[in-house]
Amino acid sequence: MIKIKNLHKKFGDLHVLKGIDDEVRQGEVVVVIGPSGSGKSTFLRCLNLLEQPTEGEIVFNGVSITDPRNNINKQREKMGMVFQQFNLFPHMSVMDNIILAPMEVKGMKKEEAKDTAYKLLKRIGLADKEKAYPNQLSGGQKQRIAIARALAMSPQVMLFDEPTSSLDPEMVGEVLDVIKELASEGMTMVVVTHEMGFARQVASRVLFMDDGLIVEQNTPQAIFNEPKHPRTKDFLGKVLRSFE
Amino acid sequence: MDFSFIFRYQSLYLIGIRNTLLLALAAVIFGSIIGVFLALMRLSSIKPLKFAAASYIEFVRGTPLLVQLFIIFYGLPVVTGMRFPDIVAGAMALSLNSAAYVAEIIRAGIQSVDKGQMEAARSLGMPHGMSMKHIIIPQAFKNILPALGNEFIVIIKESAIVSVIGIYDIMRSANIVRGITYRPFEPLIVAAIIYFIITFSLSNLMGVVERRMRASD
Repeated sequence: MIKIKNLHKKFGDLHVLKGIDDEVRQGEVVVVIGPSGSGKSTFLRCLNLLEQPTEGEIVFNGVSITDPRNNINKQREKMGMVFQQFNLFPHMSVMDNIILAPMEVKGMKKEEAKDTAYKLLKRIGLADKEKAYPNQLSGGQKQRIAIARALAMSPQVMLFDEPTSSLDPEMVGEVLDVIKELASEGMTMVVVTHEMGFARQVASRVLFMDDGLIVEQNTPQAIFNEPKHPRTKDFLGKVLRSFE
Repeated sequence: MDFSFIFRYQSLYLIGIRNTLLLALAAVIFGSIIGVFLALMRLSSIKPLKFAAASYIEFVRGTPLLVQLFIIFYGLPVVTGMRFPDIVAGAMALSLNSAAYVAEIIRAGIQSVDKGQMEAARSLGMPHGMSMKHIIIPQAFKNILPALGNEFIVIIKESAIVSVIGIYDIMRSANIVRGITYRPFEPLIVAAIIYFIITFSLSNLMGVVERRMRASD
């Protein structure tokens, strides 16, 4: 579904991605882990071109989205993204946050967009919040609304950029539950996260990134129980110990 | 002090008030329109547009309004070969001056909106222009409004400078009354009070509008 070939990204002199190759297949849940500064988020943001790669190619559904002649807006409609900072539109109600893009981008009728939005709100357990504004919601609620907003475009793949990192601990669970449910329904997704328990539970494949490269990748069982690369061992040793 | 001259010469002041308000209104309207375009140019990714807007803004902010006024007043007939009424030259100078400040206010307002807002809009497949219209501009507007109200008040006060090219504004009417009555001081006090009443009403009005906007949060 998404093919990544020799992806490089530089910010000035800083070489953040040093040649990433991977393929995300239909229905896969790819979880990206690694120390901060390893390039995980940059990698994810390159997939929908929020960051312009310096070198390399990304092919989505057979279309090269890194081709300068390609209009990325078309593919972005099919790639939902959820941010660490939620990025809800603060001047709009929850309902308007969700229906804006389906109406403006897809030309959906207001009634139809609202119907979809109601269903999504019910699914994430926030049916009573349609008239609320983002600043009246808790972090966990904001992030669930952000997920609903992305889902309203009926994307083929969801990109999660550390979706629980700016949440209070007691709200992490409610957001992860929504993501888990999506995974169980067969949604293709790429998730950058520090939640190792979550990675172990839902990933079909775990990528361990360090210093701009995919150092090791495998099934969650293999990565967590018998990591092969010394850097993976070192990282997991530190992270998992802090969890005990 | 003797203010009895007011009743004899109030019609002079009234003409001055009318002209000052006309000038300020023209400067606010045209200054805002030109200012929006300058801000868009300055924020665009097209280098020559960006450079042109930035140079213009720096030039206007770096030279005295009096010099700009004289350049337009004496230069315009030379460049265009046409005579303009004085008040047009005055309105033009004030508009072109204000446009630079309005552009900076708008640019700062747009840039103060969190970067994540544009990213969220773009990630939903919204093109740049659509994201600006629905997401960025409405949020920037609330940041821009107070500074813009301030700029309008500045224009009203600065417009007094056009009296030097003979435009009959509040300041000039005060000078004329001074000449007729041989009273150097009191007519200026009257002018100051008139300016203050206008700007004070405007700043109160802006305060009401701002409170309305905040109430909708």
